[in-house]
Amino acid sequence: MTGFAVEMSAALNVVLLLMLVAIGLAVAHTRNLLTAILLMSVYSLVSAAWLMVMDAADVAFTEAVVGAGASTIILLGAILLTRGATARVDWRAMVAPALLAVITGGLLIYASLGLPEFGDPSSPANAYVGRMYLERTGEEVGPHNVVTAVLASYRGFDTLGETVVIFAAGLGVALMLGFGPRATLAPAPEKMGDHHVVLRVAAKMLIPLITLYAFYVQFHGDLGAGGAFQAGVILAVAVILYGLVFGLRETIAAVPVKAARSVAALGVMLYAGIGVICMVNGGAFLDYDYLFSPQVEAMIPANLLGDPHEEHHWGQHFGILFVELGVLLTVSSTIVTIFYGFAGRSIDAEEAKR
Amino acid sequence: MSEFLTHFNYIAVVIIMMTGLFIVFSSGNLIKRMIGLALFQSSAALFYISLAKVTGGTAPITLEAASEAGRALAAEQVPGYVAQHGIDGVVYSNPLPHVLILTAIVVGVATLAVGLAIAVRVREAYGTVEADEINAVSRIDAAGLQAEHAP
Repeated sequence: MTGFAVEMSAALNVVLLLMLVAIGLAVAHTRNLLTAILLMSVYSLVSAAWLMVMDAADVAFTEAVVGAGASTIILLGAILLTRGATARVDWRAMVAPALLAVITGGLLIYASLGLPEFGDPSSPANAYVGRMYLERTGEEVGPHNVVTAVLASYRGFDTLGETVVIFAAGLGVALMLGFGPRATLAPAPEKMGDHHVVLRVAAKMLIPLITLYAFYVQFHGDLGAGGAFQAGVILAVAVILYGLVFGLRETIAAVPVKAARSVAALGVMLYAGIGVICMVNGGAFLDYDYLFSPQVEAMIPANLLGDPHEEHHWGQHFGILFVELGVLLTVSSTIVTIFYGFAGRSIDAEEAKR
Repeated sequence: MSEFLTHFNYIAVVIIMMTGLFIVFSSGNLIKRMIGLALFQSSAALFYISLAKVTGGTAPITLEAASEAGRALAAEQVPGYVAQHGIDGVVYSNPLPHVLILTAIVVGVATLAVGLAIAVRVREAYGTVEADEINAVSRIDAAGLQAEHAP
């Protein structure tokens, strides 16, 4: 006996998953790389819709921003530098991979029948630690968004690791492709009435709004879906949009290459530094309850935010705020650095041709 | 048939995962392989999120407004279900897999960029991103080196 909303969500689940399977098969079928990249963008958007049906609001947000936005731009930058469609593959060369995929898939499906039923609330994954986070977040950490609480506080060390990985990946791209263009960029020729004028006006109106939205997403991560990872990518997308419409030279004037790479390091330092401050004050690494030493707590007027040891969790609150700021800085400037790497490489390649 | 319905998500995830695996194995183009890898990675995300879903659950955000919708959902369940599995009268989906996948998606795009940067460098060194042609160029280079060092 289930109600209308539950039935609808079950139906949406099946329909959206079938769409994802179809898009995946289309990606495998097409030989045109541009088609494949745009199909992956559609895939991300559909999977974001599916993630909303699965109650994963934060993940849906991330997938929409990253999959449909950032990774499409990076893939397009890569095919600009490598060019061409994929070579025709002889059908006989496809038999072995297809056979392998079918056999492995069959075994995995057979094994998946032993998994708990879909939506089972008492499955091992849902019954223990996940439920504990839901029960205790209110009194131990504070944010209404349990995902933010787990991300930044309970599993803060894990998230620090992820932030370092993102920083290291940005560094790897920069080491392979350069931090930006080597050639000094000539100013774009001024043309009256060129056909990009509509694009420029629209971009000029959109970019401040996108930036503002990034900060809204950043600071409302405690209350609703959103947080530093999404906000960082949105902020980077605003910079990339500026670069696509107004040219790389103007973008580098606004966000210098050196600033982007320094801020990426600064974000990781801020995150790890918060952890060290907690250790200095006698707690464990990233234990925000020890973020403020007793002397600092005594200095804060008692009526400012209520009793620090009641339900307001000052340490947790400010710890999450600073840590998310570190993630925002690292994620946004890493993606901008990656964009500079790909864009600068293509400009240098064109310079070399002349 | 009932097993097909209760395990439909896992079957769909496996099909998407195998599509990604097939692209990685069958395509010689390095960019296409990275796309296949991205598809494979995405299927892992779909699997985690499928495991986290709780029937009649709502997003793990405990704000009052969200709880209203959650209570409406909970009201549709059989009596006793919410009392057993819910918290304060609302059933939530599991937040932990959401956290893991949220960060994994952003790490995924950063590592995708690293793979593509390698492909760009390969193209600069070999003039192609097709695995077969890269192997051919390598063989020609190796043959040339052998001829140089031959007595």
